[in-house]
Amino acid sequence: MLMTMLSMFLTFLGIGAVAFGGGYAMLPLFERMIVDTHGWLDTSQFLDMLAIAQVTPGPISINSATFIGFQINSVIGAAVATTGLVFVPVILVSLISTNAERFKKSKFAQGIFIGLRPAFVGLIFASVYSVAFDAYVDIYSAILFVVLLILLRGFKLHPILIILIAAVSGYIIYI
Amino acid sequence: MQISLWRLFTSFLKIGAFTFGGGYAMIPLFEREFVHRYKYIKEEEFHDILVICQSLPGVIAVNFAVYIGTTLRGKKGALASGIGVTLPSFIIIMVIAAFLYQYVTHEAVVAIFQGVRVAVVVLIFSAGVKFLKQNLHFRGIFLAFLTFTLIAVFYVHPFFVIGLLGILGYLIYIVGEVNTHADDNA
Repeated sequence: MLMTMLSMFLTFLGIGAVAFGGGYAMLPLFERMIVDTHGWLDTSQFLDMLAIAQVTPGPISINSATFIGFQINSVIGAAVATTGLVFVPVILVSLISTNAERFKKSKFAQGIFIGLRPAFVGLIFASVYSVAFDAYVDIYSAILFVVLLILLRGFKLHPILIILIAAVSGYIIYI
Repeated sequence: MQISLWRLFTSFLKIGAFTFGGGYAMIPLFEREFVHRYKYIKEEEFHDILVICQSLPGVIAVNFAVYIGTTLRGKKGALASGIGVTLPSFIIIMVIAAFLYQYVTHEAVVAIFQGVRVAVVVLIFSAGVKFLKQNLHFRGIFLAFLTFTLIAVFYVHPFFVIGLLGILGYLIYIVGEVNTHADDNA
């Protein structure tokens, strides 16, 4: 278990260290590491976890790390995963907060974002691509996808409401 | 007047516990609490912090909390703020995770999650569309497509792709800067 904990800490440390662009841009990293490399969750469990991370308060990535860590080794696992995730960024923030002016003028920081901003788009669609097959079970899921997308983008319903509508629809369709 | 560590902790705890919709949704609440309500941070300073936290890797809400904590009370402040903003998620998720898998084989739960998974794909897709709209120029679309193809089609590891795109961005920036200076001299 000690080795698993160490490997989990390092995994989340790695994700946190390169996770530019917030929760959604982190998803392909989470998915590749958690589902493909380590097999800590399968793709369906991964989607269920994301749903839970969405409907509960707090940052999605913290929620996800806590959930995965807890599945592996209860409270200690949750603590190890969450600490790993924030470890590198927190050190960077505390170093930079005392040198804010220098960082703002840094050409390196400005430059890499020319590449990273479009990368977020590609990263997010890559995770849509890989999870979509798992969410698709029959024609009803395709119809539900279109309806929910219209409600979210056209009618601007809150994401939590979208998940609740999907939950009720799932119950009605599949029970 | 210096803010107490306890107030720092409870302010972030409160925001962490009651903000739905991820880290970005917390930012206006941080602003209300620390800029408008307690006036510990000036408006301009807050916007600087936002820009810096967005250009660092990690969890934006935690980065923000640690930044504000460090600015106001140093290392202890960072600790109080960071733990404050994370603790509610941590506890709530553990409670849910502990109970979830006892019911996961129940047919109603299976049916509900079948629907919910579709909603998650919709939310991720929609976030992608939102980011895409901010990059609607040839270079942006090309780099986004490159990222997608490398990860989804060629199965290149995202770690590697993020590094590659960062380097590409930096090179584009350097080349652009050299060109501007060349124009200045002409």
